[in-house]
Amino acid sequence: MSGPSTYEPKYAAAKWMDQRLPIIRMGADFMTFPSPRNLNYWYTFGGILALCLVVQILSGVILAMHYVADVDKAFASVQRIRRDVPFGWLLQSMHAVGASMFFLAVYMHMFRGLYYGSYKAPREVIWILGCAIYLAMMATAFLGYTLPWGQMSFWGATVITGFFGAVPVVGESLQEWLLGGYSVDNATLNRFFALHYLLPFVIAALVGLHVWALHHVGQNNPIGISAKTESDTLSFHPFYTVKDAFAIAVFLVIFAIFLFYLPDALGHADNYIEADALKTPPHIVPEWYFLPFYAILRAVPSKLFGILLMLGAIVVLFVLPWLDTHKVRSMRFRPIAKWFFLIFIVMCFLLGWCGAETPDNVVPVIGLGKMTFYTLSQIATLYYFAYFLIILPVLGLVEKPIKRPDSITKAVLGDSHRDAGLAPAE
Amino acid sequence: MSDTSVHTTDADLEDGSKRDFIFLATGATAAAGAAAVGWPLVAQMGKAADTLAAGSIEIDLSKIGEGQQLKMLWRGKPVFVRHRTAAEIAEANAVELSVLKDPEVDTDRLIAGPSGAVNQKYLVMVGVCTHFGCVPVGEAGDFDGWYCPCHGSHYDTSGRIRKGPAPKNMVIPPYSFISENVIKVG
Repeated sequence: MSGPSTYEPKYAAAKWMDQRLPIIRMGADFMTFPSPRNLNYWYTFGGILALCLVVQILSGVILAMHYVADVDKAFASVQRIRRDVPFGWLLQSMHAVGASMFFLAVYMHMFRGLYYGSYKAPREVIWILGCAIYLAMMATAFLGYTLPWGQMSFWGATVITGFFGAVPVVGESLQEWLLGGYSVDNATLNRFFALHYLLPFVIAALVGLHVWALHHVGQNNPIGISAKTESDTLSFHPFYTVKDAFAIAVFLVIFAIFLFYLPDALGHADNYIEADALKTPPHIVPEWYFLPFYAILRAVPSKLFGILLMLGAIVVLFVLPWLDTHKVRSMRFRPIAKWFFLIFIVMCFLLGWCGAETPDNVVPVIGLGKMTFYTLSQIATLYYFAYFLIILPVLGLVEKPIKRPDSITKAVLGDSHRDAGLAPAE
Repeated sequence: MSDTSVHTTDADLEDGSKRDFIFLATGATAAAGAAAVGWPLVAQMGKAADTLAAGSIEIDLSKIGEGQQLKMLWRGKPVFVRHRTAAEIAEANAVELSVLKDPEVDTDRLIAGPSGAVNQKYLVMVGVCTHFGCVPVGEAGDFDGWYCPCHGSHYDTSGRIRKGPAPKNMVIPPYSFISENVIKVG
């Protein structure tokens, strides 16, 4: 797919450099990378995510210049950033809202991959690296949420680090080792800050590998048929740089709406109360992007089994390339899998809803009788795992795909297209 | 190398035993070195000396009225000292062990005073839910004891788990009586 390099250095200096460190060539090849000509807007989230990472790292490094990682000062230092530091209100909100936007984009990106079968051969490693990035993002977000040292920060950290206490035999020692004390305290806050600063650079490195693998095997596309001829592809620039730029502009409008008009809409009011080890908030909930996993955690009445299920919900993503054995990548041509996928998305949203509610409450929908959120979360959790462990493997054996086009070119331009090398109208 | 050989040939050099020895010795030294450097990197994460030192508090029980609960911070966690009413004590005693998830008699959850007898009035425990470490709310839940708002665990008047996801009873901290009415926790 990547093909031989087409870069020709034009100037003597560029030629000199090219013989010593072909970095200009690398950039040029990146910009002219042959991409399938049928990529739709679901394929713009990669670029959006790269932007999100840059925004988070830039705003984060600046915030670190004003933040104080000390249990007595952390809460006040964040308030100081918001009130006294020039444009601190903007940068702090950008970082907090940016985290939500990052997850919004990553979920779109992941659902895209699930629907178009982007995890199938030869893209398994791209997918696994993506899962690793997602896992690192979750860790980074959790660590970062602790830093403002509000009530949700503190109790969220207490609950999450409590997971390690559930490990048989060594659990308590392991937990205290991670916390650096008997409970979440100053030592914990300091190490969380250090790791929160470190992990984004690990993510950046993983993104490098993710893109490298992508450029080695080539992009998937909405019909899931590999690009075979030159007419199946377009140069990344200007065709997809422009498409990505438009998508980024739309994304930034949404980002700006939250940033300027609803900076706290995605947060929790309790985090404006300073951390208090003697008082648990009446209702602990994680940030919205963790709610489905929180619901899975609470779907069973056992501490250890709940944690294992929650971890399993992520682990199952890593092995997905070997669970979905169907040969056709795109669900456009899989009439049955398509519907199960739709239900899967609905179930993910239901899990999110369950995570936000108290388990014992009754689901407020007519016709469900007296179903509690606890029961609903059990049903949705069951489906979540069944989708990966039963439905996809079985469909791989029995599902008959509908007829697929012969090539990307034919899918886009129809059978009448004869001039294979034709450039798109300018 | 055989006795008859005069010249050292390439074939002789390929006798791997000496090289294997060097490989193993180098590998073992490197592994020992990595472990020696690795251990401080791991151990630094544990509790620091000052954290370990700030480990005990004293509580005067006589200042807690009947039906009141004192909440003190000990090792970053709350300690509950509850002066239980007669009704609460009776309720704790009346429970059949067979219905408990983590069976314990109420008096086993108390520590004897200077007289050698336990005083069922004062229940001292770490006020942390054994599920995920939230602080349960007092005089709440289905068993008149404590209720954890995080994931809905109910504890009885002896701090024993009765309902919900928590696996264990609330923990009794190590404490001792300094005098008739003063205890030292930790």
